[in-house]
Amino acid sequence: MSLPETWEPRPVPPANPETERFWSAAADGTLLLRECPDCGLVYHYPSALCPDCFTEAEWREASGDGTVYSFSLLRNHGDWPEDDLPVVFAYVELEEGPRVITNILDCPPQDVEVGMDVTVAFVPTDTEDVAIPVFVPAE
Amino acid sequence: MAADESVYIAGAFEHPTRDAPDKSTMQLHAEVARGALEDAGLEKDDVDGLLTAGVPWGGSGLPPLIMADYLGLDVSFADTTDWGGSSYVGHVGHARDAIRNGRCDVALVTLAGRPRSDPRSDDFQSYQDEFERPYGSVTLGRYAVAAQRHMHEYGTTPEQLAEIRVAASQHAQHNEDALFQDPVTVEDVVESRMVADPLHLMDCCVVTDGGGALLLVSEDVRADLERECVEVLGYGEAIGHLDGGRIDLTHTAAVDSGPMAFDDAGIDHDDIDYASIYDSFTITVLQTLEDLGFCEKGEGGEFVEGGTLQAPHGDLPFNTDGGGLCNNHPANRGGMTKVIEAVRQLRGEANDPVQVDADIAIAHGTGGSLGTRHGSITAVLGGEDR
Repeated sequence: MSLPETWEPRPVPPANPETERFWSAAADGTLLLRECPDCGLVYHYPSALCPDCFTEAEWREASGDGTVYSFSLLRNHGDWPEDDLPVVFAYVELEEGPRVITNILDCPPQDVEVGMDVTVAFVPTDTEDVAIPVFVPAE
Repeated sequence: MAADESVYIAGAFEHPTRDAPDKSTMQLHAEVARGALEDAGLEKDDVDGLLTAGVPWGGSGLPPLIMADYLGLDVSFADTTDWGGSSYVGHVGHARDAIRNGRCDVALVTLAGRPRSDPRSDDFQSYQDEFERPYGSVTLGRYAVAAQRHMHEYGTTPEQLAEIRVAASQHAQHNEDALFQDPVTVEDVVESRMVADPLHLMDCCVVTDGGGALLLVSEDVRADLERECVEVLGYGEAIGHLDGGRIDLTHTAAVDSGPMAFDDAGIDHDDIDYASIYDSFTITVLQTLEDLGFCEKGEGGEFVEGGTLQAPHGDLPFNTDGGGLCNNHPANRGGMTKVIEAVRQLRGEANDPVQVDADIAIAHGTGGSLGTRHGSITAVLGGEDR
């Protein structure tokens, strides 16, 4: 098993001014979360204002460790290379709390289980400032 | 609140920017919301109504869900009626009516956009396109993760989910218009092709062309009609979303919309003779039954065993037209047929073998996806001779 060399032809995120730092950090190998300096909420997606209190949030680095909260094996998918099916569409609960949508890669899909320990990895895209955070089984 | 009681505009805020190349459109929505709250001296948690138009929605639609999710709002009223540029005047009127009718107390109306800094509207999309679509997020997968988590936490089995399809198929055999009219067994369902683990093909609703329509009328109009009418007794709506990453895949917003509707109608579970329950997938029905309080959370699997949902003799006859699972899911939007079958039951016009003695019915819709953001809507309907 291994990670793809590039995310294409899978869909690549359209970064915008609010989120481009998230994607460029990923390209540098760092998973970012948002943290509210007022109420302390650590959250994802990275909206500029805290979803609990509308305070301007700060960025913080995530450890990149988490567990599989849920997943599904998508047996067919129009956007996916045939050889990479099924897609392991998953929620990972990060060590910091937020549950994030992702894919589990670098292991046989049938081995994925709810509760398994995973860690972040990054797959480059054809866009220099964008890489895709995915999760792989923890060592 | 009385129908003629005064409603006020307490906060108004115009964003000072005229050129915002460093922000997203959604970010501007949040900033103007904050500005209006500050102007009024209200807190974010006070907001229980949401009105907006022109929401960035990518190809996916669902603007009230996207906006409630992004802004982190917990609302009992949402309206995204879009009349173009005049929408926000229209929202003042709709908000007034909602407040007068007790749907909400604090209604937020927002507008944002960036046609100057981004004329091609490259950011005219939501988080769905950015943080979900790259991972292959599709409707089927977004329900499958809910089923997977429910099975993990509560031991729900594929056979229990299959009971829901079996009940729908038993009803569909009496509906000559149903797409699938052959009864199926639990074995048929669990042996059907796996499409998105743990969901099988027969856990999924049909794809059909078609549609439906309703007419709602005033008491005055009804008085002149010969046709038997069904009364709207109660209503509740709520939005479930990712909540900054705190999403609970085993719950739907029916936990809020159900009690609202039941209180509005002044009814209890025991009063309900028939239930139209949105059945995009079998798991949708199972979680909704729990969240509406027909059984405890986690016991939905046990509840649906033994023909509970099967008309005419089950304790809670559901989807007697065959539902979305077997009959019809026109335009991939099943709420319409849920209301229509509830009306048929209350008028005594359901297909003969599945007609129940119904005075009170509910129609419950789950739009969007359990796995990300969804709108739960509950309506309570009453027959004319109840």
